[in-house]
This record gives sequence, structure tokens and C-alpha cells, in this order.
Amino acid sequence: MKKTISRIYVIFVFILLYAPIAVLIAFSFNNSRTRAKWGGFTFKWYLQMFQDAEIMGALRNTLILALLSATIATILGLMASLSLNRMKRRNRTVMLSVLNIPMLNADIVTGISLMLIFIAFGQFLTHYGYTIVFGFGTVLVGHITFNIPYTVMSILPRVSAINPSTYEAALDLGASPSQAFRKVVFPDILPGILSGFLLAFTLSLDDFVITHFVKGPGFDTLSTKIYTEVRKGIKPEMYALSTLLFLGVLLLLIVVEKGKGARNKNRKPAY
Amino acid sequence: MSNRLIDLQHITKSFDGQMVLDDLNLYIRENEFLTLLGPSGCGKTTTLRIIGGFEQPDSGKVIFDGKDITTLAPNKRQLNTVFQKYALFTHMNIADNIAFGLRIRKKSEDYIREKVKYALRLVNLEGFENRMPDSLSGGQQQRIAIARAIVNEPKVLLLDEPLGALDLKLRKDMQYELIRLKNELGITFVYVTHDQEEALTMSDTIVVMNQGYIQQIGTPEDIYNEPTNAFVADFIGDSNIVDATMVKDKLVEIFGTRFACVDTGFGSNKPVDVVIRPEDLELYALPDGVTADSPEYEKVADKARELNPGFLEGTVTDLIFKGVHYEMDVEANGYTWLVHSTKLFPVGSRVLMNLDPFNIQIMNKPESEDEQAVSSADL
Ligand SMILES: Nc1ncnc2c1ncn2[C@@H]1O[C@H](COP(=O)(O)OP(=O)(O)O)[C@@H](O)[C@H]1O
Ligand SMILES: [Mg+2]
Repeated sequence: MKKTISRIYVIFVFILLYAPIAVLIAFSFNNSRTRAKWGGFTFKWYLQMFQDAEIMGALRNTLILALLSATIATILGLMASLSLNRMKRRNRTVMLSVLNIPMLNADIVTGISLMLIFIAFGQFLTHYGYTIVFGFGTVLVGHITFNIPYTVMSILPRVSAINPSTYEAALDLGASPSQAFRKVVFPDILPGILSGFLLAFTLSLDDFVITHFVKGPGFDTLSTKIYTEVRKGIKPEMYALSTLLFLGVLLLLIVVEKGKGARNKNRKPAY
Repeated sequence: MSNRLIDLQHITKSFDGQMVLDDLNLYIRENEFLTLLGPSGCGKTTTLRIIGGFEQPDSGKVIFDGKDITTLAPNKRQLNTVFQKYALFTHMNIADNIAFGLRIRKKSEDYIREKVKYALRLVNLEGFENRMPDSLSGGQQQRIAIARAIVNEPKVLLLDEPLGALDLKLRKDMQYELIRLKNELGITFVYVTHDQEEALTMSDTIVVMNQGYIQQIGTPEDIYNEPTNAFVADFIGDSNIVDATMVKDKLVEIFGTRFACVDTGFGSNKPVDVVIRPEDLELYALPDGVTADSPEYEKVADKARELNPGFLEGTVTDLIFKGVHYEMDVEANGYTWLVHSTKLFPVGSRVLMNLDPFNIQIMNKPESEDEQAVSSADL
């Protein structure tokens, strides 16, 4: 009896969670412009989407942004982790809490703050004859900013798990400091670097709110593109696009989780 | 076993203003098994790290094979280290771990394969090439760490408490393995441990350290039989260390009783420390209820006097059976003596206690304040 109730409860929660997405996916295959009726199955929205130059431009922007911001955030996160690891325990705890706050902060607050600082800094620069143009650059800086805490969270545990004597052991066996880092230390951190990169990539792909505030007119990522188009009127291509975005993010998350699982398995004794 | 391979000259080292090594002088001879022995925190690891190049002394020199290597980088030194916690490379298999040093030195893969095989055979782990470090037991990992070091044919192997994490049985086995290895390879071992028994079993030379000072350097026999001060005596095995007065050459007064001894040259009426090993004390049972003036008492006392003119009288207050011998506490003259004997004296029994003059070890009391601090801190 108890079991049945808990099972029903779980199913109910999953319906709540996934029904909207299911509806969205269904409409992306609906051969009818109105949402009121099912007009049969079709791929045409997908075809139209791929032929739409604006959407393809937004897709390109999104991928370049995700790749660049994830790469830069990972590098910065790696350097931050290496130095955090050297700090005294108390300072590190303080720094980590400070690092955590932006993650918990509402996106809209982060977005507005970034927008404000770009405006303020832009005004400051006008005195020297420069301007800040809202567009790719500002969005990139924004994405790097919100990604850094996540890359640190992925990399730092790996860095602190390193046994300092493995580095010394490499030196002892004749390796130069840079050889020791490349051959011994780096491989130990690599899994953390990869999962940090993938997480940052996904978050960048996924972001709407922060991008919305710092993008300026004329520049769009997939999420902001979907937003403006849907506001204008019903466009089933957008359902198709949203579906693809959802599947893309899902795929990345699966890769991240798989990676974790595989590594954990590797750590177990081989017999 | 003659020429000095490593010479540490006037080494001082402090961390955060705290002196860890103070004017340390030590030489290590070729082919020697030298052990740095001392309680935790006395500076053993720091000394070893200075030899290995992982730590720079604040002042002083490290001479290796006649050359000053004080500032030479660790990767340029002809010695290899077995680290306290193995420090194997977890993402590499065993063969790659062992081959690491050879690959850095660009040896051919054929040569490397042979060497890895040879090293694994040497540590009794043949066929482990493709295993991952995580899949090995602590003892096996330790052997791999040793194999990884010795394939490079170092002149000196530095070992920092390599058996510290192993259980007692395994530790004993590994002690013999290490001695065998050392003899087979014919190289110099510098070994760090806080386990006095390990040091006594394995070493040619023991360096006893405390709080950054060398307390004594000598063979295991020297260190055990003739400790130079109370710290060494206490650290090397159980012992009774008591205040006494050297009356004159070959006569010492302990708790008001005069004992013959063999030491000379301490002066007369001089306060000294006396070390007596628990196994050197002989006990003689006094029958119940005898008084000091009764003839029965004299009979026992005469027996006791055969060993030494002086003797002490006491009462057994504690008794533990230790397998081969009994360990007893004997209360005499307000001091609790530790006594090992194969004969049983029940708790509460009165005994006379005596010892051979030869087994009384006389030591000067510490003089300088430094020495004082050193010996009182850990006693
Ligand atoms: N890197 C370091 N920084 C600060 N203090 C250290 C460092 N290394 C060792 N010490 C201190 O030096 C003293 C001696 O340490 P160590 O040589 O490791 O002793 P042992 O190996 O005999 O236990 C200890 O008090 C230890 O806390
Ligand atoms: Mg140590």
C-alpha cells in the first residue's frame, strides 16, 4: 500500500517535471500553426529552422560563445584552483564561500549587475575615446564570469586530492619541474578539467537571463532568439529549436555523468 | 665501507622562525645502511629532504662524492627516494611507474622492458606490469615504490619511514627484504624511522636525533649498550634511568646504596644519570615475614651480594606475562623499577634486587641548557 502511494507520488512528480517539455516536443512535430489542434506529424518546422539564416546565426553565436567561455573559464578556474589549494585553510574557506555566492545568486541580479558595470565602465572609457559595444564581447565576459565558480568547483577537489609527494617523486626520478607537472600532476587533474569544461559549456549554451541583459540589440544566441520570436507570435520553428536545445543540453549532461561514472569505476581495484 | 659518500656540514634549517635542525654534522659512508632514528617531529624527514634536494638548508653544505650539491636541483642528484606514502603515479600502470625515470633519461624501450622485469623480480612482484597502483595492497605498493627508485641505479637510496603504514607481520618481512635488497644492490641506504627496534635490526649505523640535534651516532650495539645520555637510553628500549652519585672511579651510589661499576673518569662525588636495562636486574625472593636482622634475610642477601656488594630491597607491585618473560614493577626506595625476568615473583612479594657491575651504565648529566631542554622534553 505504502509502496503504491510512493510510486504514484514519484510518477506525479515526473509528470510535473517533464510534461511541459513533452508538450513542447509534441508541438515541434505538429503539422498545424495553431496550438489548438493536432494537424498530423511533420518535420517541416525543423527544415524551416535549418533554412532560417537568423536562427543559424544565433546557433553559431551560441556555439562559439559556449566554446570560448568554457575554455577561458576552465583556464581561469584551473589557475584559481591551483592557488586556492596553496592557501591556508581559513583563507581558502573564506574564498570558497565568496566564490559560492554568485552561483546561488539570482541570474537576473547577476545579469543586471553585469549590464550596469558595462555601462559604467563604458562611460569611464568614453573619456579616453573608447566605447563598449554591447554584443558578442560583453556576452562572452558575462558567460566567463558566471562559469568560473563552476569550473573551480569541478577542478579544485582534484587539485587538493593530489598527493604532493607524487610531484616530488617525479623530480626525484629525474623529471624537470615542467615535465613533472605535465606527466604527473596534470593527468591527475585532467578529469576535473574536462568535467568543468563540459559543465561550463552546458551552462553557457543554456543561459538566457544573463545573456538577455548584456547582449545589446542585434546580437542573439539561441535562447534570446527563441524569446524574441515567441513574443512576436506563434512560430513552431521555435518549438523545434527549443527541442534541439533541450536535447543538446541533455546529451552533454549525460556525457558529464557518464564520465564521472567511468572514472569512479577506474578507481576501484582491477580484480 | 670507508670513504665518505655524503657529508652534511653545519646544516641549519628553520621553518617559520622555528629551528628544526641546528648545526647538524653527519657523514654517510659508501655502502652503509644508515638510519636516522628519533621521535616524530625531531627533523628526520627534513634531513632526508635536504639530502634529496627538496629542501634547502638555511646554512651549511651538502657534499656528495666530493662535490658541493647544496643548491643542486633534486632531478640532477644521483639518488632516489622512497617516499613515506609511496607516491605512486595513480594514472599509470606498474610498468610505466617503474619505467618513469628511465623514460625521462631516454633509455630504449627494450632496455626499459628488461629493467622493469628485473626490478619487479627483485621486489618479488613478477608479472605485475599491467596492474594499476590502486589494485595493489599497501605492502605491494611499497615494493613498487622501491622498484621504481632502484631501476635508476642510484648510488644512494633514501627511505622515509617506508614501512610505517604496514602491519607488524608485513613490516618484519619487509625489513628482511630491504636488508637483502641492500646487500644484493650494494648501494648506500639512508633510512628514516621512529621505530627503535627497526633501527636496531637493520642498520650498520644509527643516528639518534631529538629536536633537531644529533644525540648519538654509533652501531646498534653501541647505541643499545652505551647510550650517551638519558634521552638515547630511554628512546632505545625500556630502561630505568635514575639519579645517582659517582663516589669515585668504579663506585656509584644509587638511592643511598653503593654499587660497584666499571666506569671511570667521572670524578668523585659527581651527580650522574644511571641507566639500567630491565633485563639486567636480578631478583631474589625474601621469605614471608623475615626481618632485616634475621638469619634467613642474611642468607638471601649473601646470594645477592655475589653479584655486587650493593643491593636494593623492594616489593613487586605489578606483573604482566609477555610471552618469553615476565614484566614486573618493583617499588624500591620510592622509585618504580622495571624488571624483566623469566622467573615469576607474585605481586606483593618482597624481593632483593641486584645487578652485575658491568650492566650499570653511567652517563653525565646534561650540562648546557640546550641539552637539558632536549632530554627533559621527551622524558
Ligand atoms: N614545510 C614545513 N613547514 C613548516 N614546518 C615544517 C615543515 N616541514 C617540517 N616542519 C616542522 O619541522 C619539524 C621537523 O619535521 P620533520 O623533519 O618532518 O620531523 P620527523 O620526520 O622527524 O618527524 C616539525 O616540527 C615540523 O612541524
Ligand atoms: Mg617524518
